[in-house]
Amino acid sequence: MGSRWRDIQQAIVSSQLWKSIFRVGIPDTNRKRVLAMLGNVVLHLHPVKTRKSGVKMRYTWCAGGVTFFLFLVLTFTGLLLMFYYRPTVEYAFVDILDLREQVPFGIMREVHRWGAHAMVISVWIHMFRVFMTGSYKPPREFNWVIGVILLVLTLLLSFTGYLLPWDQLAIWAITVGSNMASATPLLGIQGPGTSLLKIGDIQLVTSTNDARFGLLGGRFVGAGALLRFYVLHCVGIPLIAAFLMAVHFWRVRKDGGISGPV
Amino acid sequence: MSTAPNSLPTPPEELSLDGVTRRSTLKWMTLAWTGFAAATAAGLTATMRFLFPNVLFEPPTRFKAGDPSTYALGVDERWKEKFGVWIVRDTSSIYALVAVCVHLGCTPNWLAAQNKFKCPCHGSGYYVSGINFEGPAPRPLERAEIGISAEDGQIIVDKATRYLYERGQWTDPKAFVKMA
Repeated sequence: MGSRWRDIQQAIVSSQLWKSIFRVGIPDTNRKRVLAMLGNVVLHLHPVKTRKSGVKMRYTWCAGGVTFFLFLVLTFTGLLLMFYYRPTVEYAFVDILDLREQVPFGIMREVHRWGAHAMVISVWIHMFRVFMTGSYKPPREFNWVIGVILLVLTLLLSFTGYLLPWDQLAIWAITVGSNMASATPLLGIQGPGTSLLKIGDIQLVTSTNDARFGLLGGRFVGAGALLRFYVLHCVGIPLIAAFLMAVHFWRVRKDGGISGPV
Repeated sequence: MSTAPNSLPTPPEELSLDGVTRRSTLKWMTLAWTGFAAATAAGLTATMRFLFPNVLFEPPTRFKAGDPSTYALGVDERWKEKFGVWIVRDTSSIYALVAVCVHLGCTPNWLAAQNKFKCPCHGSGYYVSGINFEGPAPRPLERAEIGISAEDGQIIVDKATRYLYERGQWTDPKAFVKMA
């Protein structure tokens, strides 16, 4: 009985189908362990070995990892929400209501929202931790800068996502927030120095041609703003954030792993 | 290598493989990189221009506000909900105030009992003229272009053109309707 089972196992493992997927075989030597990690597109994102310093939770609080985990949760729940939400003035508000009431596990919308709050909180905790442990000091200064940009992107994701339910809170919050864009120097109609940008008598920066207009796609928060914010929230900013996260994690890896000595 | 002690070594003859020389390589590389830079600049410009639509699907900013004789002295709120504008009549003129708080963009309320416009968001207060006197508003309310239609004598308001007090524009003849 046992040898029959072993024969079957042997037949499978030596088949071309198996070998084409699992090139290395059972990792029973150190060499094979390394090859299995390095040859796999998902596994090779982690280092082959983890240092002891990497699991010191009292040092790292796992704050960066928690933030990344929340980002993945938000991506997944956000993707699911996209099946039911239409970013138009006519449907946005009622689609959110329907999500809550008509869709099974409609709590998904709240999970997405709570996850967003949690991610903002955990990214600040991560920043605080990195500061307190001095992990921004040379040679790690550039990674700190990348981290700050990621912080700004996290807050922008919250800002763009806030408009999507299209309720009173959303519209007025974004009206107030985007009015700040009209105070941009040179590029905003209420900014300093803007009246200097003109050809003869014709102003180059007008209410339909300034930074605020580019952000909203209109003169006020309307259909154009809803669609733009939706695209930025679901595609634009996540792509930039994903790229910067890749750089951020790569830097940690190449410096010897998380919380390693300088 | 030169045999004369004080002269520079003679350069080698122009090396070339099928006419490819250092000079020709440099020429092509310059051309290629210039072309790449120009294409990238053109692409970025096109992308930025793409974000500014030529046509907006917004309600028209110009509207007819009725006959001037239908407006009594004081603030009229009949167009506030639909067009976001107050028509105000004082002893010598009629003007249109845009119902957007200049602080951060909320819609103020007209408090007739206290004779002032008051913003519910952060408490900006304005006189009947639109001049700010309390709260965080940094400047007065804006006035919209106002005139009389030549054909039927109705008031025409155009919110697309604004007149700002702090730029001295309230004296512009298109900012008010005289002696109405």
